[in-house]
Amino acid sequence: MFWSVTLSLLEGFWMTIKLFLLTLAFSLPIGLVLGLGSMSRFKPLKAVIDVIVWIIRGTPLMLQLIVIYYGPGLILNLPNFWGSGSSGRFVATLVAFVINYSCYFSVIYRGGIEAIPRGQYEAGQVLGMTKSQIFFKVILLQVLKRIVPPMSNEIITLVKDTSLARIIACYEIIWNAQAYIKSHGLIWPLFYTGVYYLVFCGILTLFFGWLERKMDYFRV
Amino acid sequence: MAVLEIKNIHKTFLPNTHVLRGIDFSLERGESVAVIGSSGSGKTTLLRCINFLETPDEGQILVNGETIFDAKDPETQKESEIRKKRLHFGLVFQSFNLFPQYTALKNVMLAGELLAKERPDYKQKKKQIVADIEKKAREILTRVGLAEKMDLYPHQLSGGQQQRVAIARALAMEPDILCFDEPTSALDPELTGEVLRVIRGLAEQKTTMIIVTHEMAFARDVADRVIFMDEGVIVEQGRAVDVIEHPQQERTRQFLSRYTEQ
Repeated sequence: MFWSVTLSLLEGFWMTIKLFLLTLAFSLPIGLVLGLGSMSRFKPLKAVIDVIVWIIRGTPLMLQLIVIYYGPGLILNLPNFWGSGSSGRFVATLVAFVINYSCYFSVIYRGGIEAIPRGQYEAGQVLGMTKSQIFFKVILLQVLKRIVPPMSNEIITLVKDTSLARIIACYEIIWNAQAYIKSHGLIWPLFYTGVYYLVFCGILTLFFGWLERKMDYFRV
Repeated sequence: MAVLEIKNIHKTFLPNTHVLRGIDFSLERGESVAVIGSSGSGKTTLLRCINFLETPDEGQILVNGETIFDAKDPETQKESEIRKKRLHFGLVFQSFNLFPQYTALKNVMLAGELLAKERPDYKQKKKQIVADIEKKAREILTRVGLAEKMDLYPHQLSGGQQQRVAIARALAMEPDILCFDEPTSALDPELTGEVLRVIRGLAEQKTTMIIVTHEMAFARDVADRVIFMDEGVIVEQGRAVDVIEHPQQERTRQFLSRYTEQ
């Protein structure tokens, strides 16, 4: 029994990891674009992004999942918008996560970029460097160093937030564990899922620690 | 011919702070000019205008007789052109502004390396070009007394050492005119000496310089000429010794008396 539970949870956790990695793959770049947009001198763009970020950060992710999954069918009368079955639910889940995490990341990016003193740009300018040289050769690494701690926090939160996907029946690890309550009357598989999360977050913690040490040779 | 001519520079910061109200002066090659005046008199803004960090609302800037900035001529204000024109000038900031992720040596080399990439022969002669840039950077750092510190990062250096790296970084681009914006104001008193000695050395080698400073004794001893600014205009200028020891204008006298009282 222990092994079959372990394997079933592993299968669910694979879904968790897939959701985690795909969310990062999309929301890290989209967040950067949103972050740069929210610093734009073009006020309407900044206003639109600010409102989106306000809505996304101001409502629960669970509610966003429900709205994104059921919204197209109920409001727009597109019942099959996300495709059928579990793959459709996965896509809807992924979209909700990407929107949510892009917004959080955008705020972190913006904080990191705004924290770089103006003197760094000016020093590059008076040395005759182009704008892109200044960004890539001077600014970027300083921004990365500044954002690693808040990013690692947010990314570790993402690992655990994936469990919300079960609200629209995305078959991730919590869903698989809960199935044992119904089928076998077993509660311990649900507790057992904690081990998977702990191990994965432990690995991430080690990775981010390594990344921080890699950039320890300079101060910003 | 004057290496630098500044004509009728005006600058207003919105909504209505008229920081520069018509600045005219010129600079001969090999001459060093100290700009003095109280905070808010427009000294730093003037330096920032010369270095294209601020855009004057009125006036012209000429280098070697060529108009490189004219407030009336948008052609002289194109971003792509400004970048090249900036290389006429070097600027040493009050707050050093070294790049923290690079060693002292790399700080001095970086801009030169990036500029060299635009040379048509860069690809064929890359190794030689980079080696030359590094050799020059090492020489300049040795000249400012940092031969032993080249491989350290900015946070491992004292303020005085950081500012000397910043001077080396500006010198490496071989500007026509080197500008200093209160180069010792962010330093502890015991660290100002080493920076002032480097600047004095540059003056002795006839480096063309504009030095915004609060160090009156230094201005008197090192600069060829002193300009006293107040409320956005040049109130008085002349030989350094004359202006500082025998000021003609009442406002200059008032300003200087505060320093001699100390």
